[in-house]
Amino acid sequence: MKAKQKPPFYGLMAEFHDPTALLAAAQKATDSGYTKLDAYTPFPIHGLNEAVGFKKTWLSTIVLCGGIAGALGGFGMQYFASVIHYPLNIGGRPLNSWPAFIPITFEVTVLLAAFSAVVGMIMLNGLPLPYHPVFNVKSFQFASRDQFFLCIESEDPLFELGETRRFLQSLNPIEVNDVPW
Amino acid sequence: MSEPSSQSRFDKTPVIAPGHSFGSITDKISSIVLRKETPKGWILGFGIAFVFVMMMMYAVAWLLMWGVGVWGLNNPVAWGFDITNFVWWVGIGHAGTLISAILLLLKQEWRTSINRFAEAMTLFAVACAGMFPALHTGRPWFDYWLMPYPNTMGLWPQFRSPLVWDVFAISTYGTVSFLFWFVGLIPDLATLRDRTEHKGLKMVYALLAMGWRGSAKHWFRYETAYLLLAGLATPLVVSVHTVVSFDFATSVIPGWHTTFFPPYFVAGAIFSGFAMVLTLAIPIRKAYGLEDFITMRHLENMAKVMLATGLIVAYAYVMEVFFAWYSGNSYEKFLAFDTRPQGPFWWAFWALWTCNIAIPQLLWFKKLRTTPWILWILSIIVNIGMWLERFVIIVTSLHRDYLPSSWGMYDPTRYEYMLFFGTIGLFVALMFLFIRSLPLISIFEMRTLLPEASVQHNEEH
Repeated sequence: MKAKQKPPFYGLMAEFHDPTALLAAAQKATDSGYTKLDAYTPFPIHGLNEAVGFKKTWLSTIVLCGGIAGALGGFGMQYFASVIHYPLNIGGRPLNSWPAFIPITFEVTVLLAAFSAVVGMIMLNGLPLPYHPVFNVKSFQFASRDQFFLCIESEDPLFELGETRRFLQSLNPIEVNDVPW
Repeated sequence: MSEPSSQSRFDKTPVIAPGHSFGSITDKISSIVLRKETPKGWILGFGIAFVFVMMMMYAVAWLLMWGVGVWGLNNPVAWGFDITNFVWWVGIGHAGTLISAILLLLKQEWRTSINRFAEAMTLFAVACAGMFPALHTGRPWFDYWLMPYPNTMGLWPQFRSPLVWDVFAISTYGTVSFLFWFVGLIPDLATLRDRTEHKGLKMVYALLAMGWRGSAKHWFRYETAYLLLAGLATPLVVSVHTVVSFDFATSVIPGWHTTFFPPYFVAGAIFSGFAMVLTLAIPIRKAYGLEDFITMRHLENMAKVMLATGLIVAYAYVMEVFFAWYSGNSYEKFLAFDTRPQGPFWWAFWALWTCNIAIPQLLWFKKLRTTPWILWILSIIVNIGMWLERFVIIVTSLHRDYLPSSWGMYDPTRYEYMLFFGTIGLFVALMFLFIRSLPLISIFEMRTLLPEASVQHNEEH
């Protein structure tokens, strides 16, 4: 079987000056049938994720699971310690004194949910990632300052170097750059 | 994070001065960190704070050598400066998460220029707070016994004790505050990575930014995570001082045994937290010329929050006295009408009412709310008042026991003063290091406040 040839570029990147132009360009690219694309901005822009065809994240489910695990684990730990492992009879009071276990249960719930939110976000984003091809574009350093970028990746089935470059040029960017690997 | 609301054009003082662009905001804030020369004022300020840190180390070393006997604690006054300082610092630590989380959920966009350093302040205040309970155990090398872990002794912490709840509440609060602060920093660390020309620094910022590249997909998950963290931190911040107040409220000591302690403590925490943010913000904005970002509107809003929470605190003080009388309990009445206002610590009681009830009423005047140096002095007075509040609650309630034969007196020793002022030095020193090495205002959130940041919709609607 012939190995699939790696495309010579990661993709093509168009640079824009303001968020309005970028959002319009991203929408147009998605409307033209491109599916493997991403936008890079110095701050979150409402609706941009939908414009690049990314609508759902599992993050809130992960956080819910983390919270439930924290609640069960926190209460379970106190139940195990106070009822099963080291029961102390204090004046005949119930061993499972659940109201006294609520504060710690709450704290552990928040702790695990918060950890799941942060670790989940970082992992789903594929970070830490020390090297990424987009950093090869010289002007990309301004993606963390005041410029806005749209990258169509070469893995896209519609990607064709000349054609995609013409398409990006038609969106009226500041410039279009190749993104080498 | 939120879109600029249409409200901002009705406000006379904007949250960000006109004439700024994405680039100018980025350069202005990052230059504080990336400038080559450390300002002389910074070196002087850090140097003074460092002397206090050394004093703290001396007090801690002396304590570890000789034990808690070097403090002025005794029976009946078994809690003194240690727990007073602990509660004071934890209270100060409440403003950071309140500003970041609760004001985010309430879409108060003015919070943006103060949330970053308020969060840093929270972390440092919680670090100072944590030292006191850790040290007051007497043998801090056994402090890990406070945590539940499988051990050969087969023992567990007493989960029904508020003191153990406190361990969980403070450590969770410290951890979640750190996560919140770090997540907020990631995009700004990427900015510093791209801006710095120093090779070594670039490496450090690159490692911390973890390869953040501002992808739209990443931002989407990022905003989801940030919002969820805010939602989690909001009940957490209320729970922390509630649990701290349980340390007192669940006991049978007159002056501690009250059901209204949780809301009273939380209001006091916000009161002192905002006072400390003002104490730090006013000199910082002056020293670094940040008047464009921390505008009069921020100072005035914080002053208003201080006034409102100060009134809640005043209500609690009055109710404390009222219920001592209304309950008819002779011990409660003795405490409220004799011990506190007329006993050996009468000066602390009246200074407390002056600092926390009388003087903050000046904040009703707009002229005073918008004069930075007056506001700064008022914030210091509130900080002192809130320290006195905890001192009065803890020491005056303990030093008059039920039987006159068990009465005692409390004289803090020089090691307690050194430790207390030393932690203030530690707090200030950490603030100085933070300002020099990390952006003290959230750069990416400031960008979203510019009018250019909102996407123009031409064809829709």
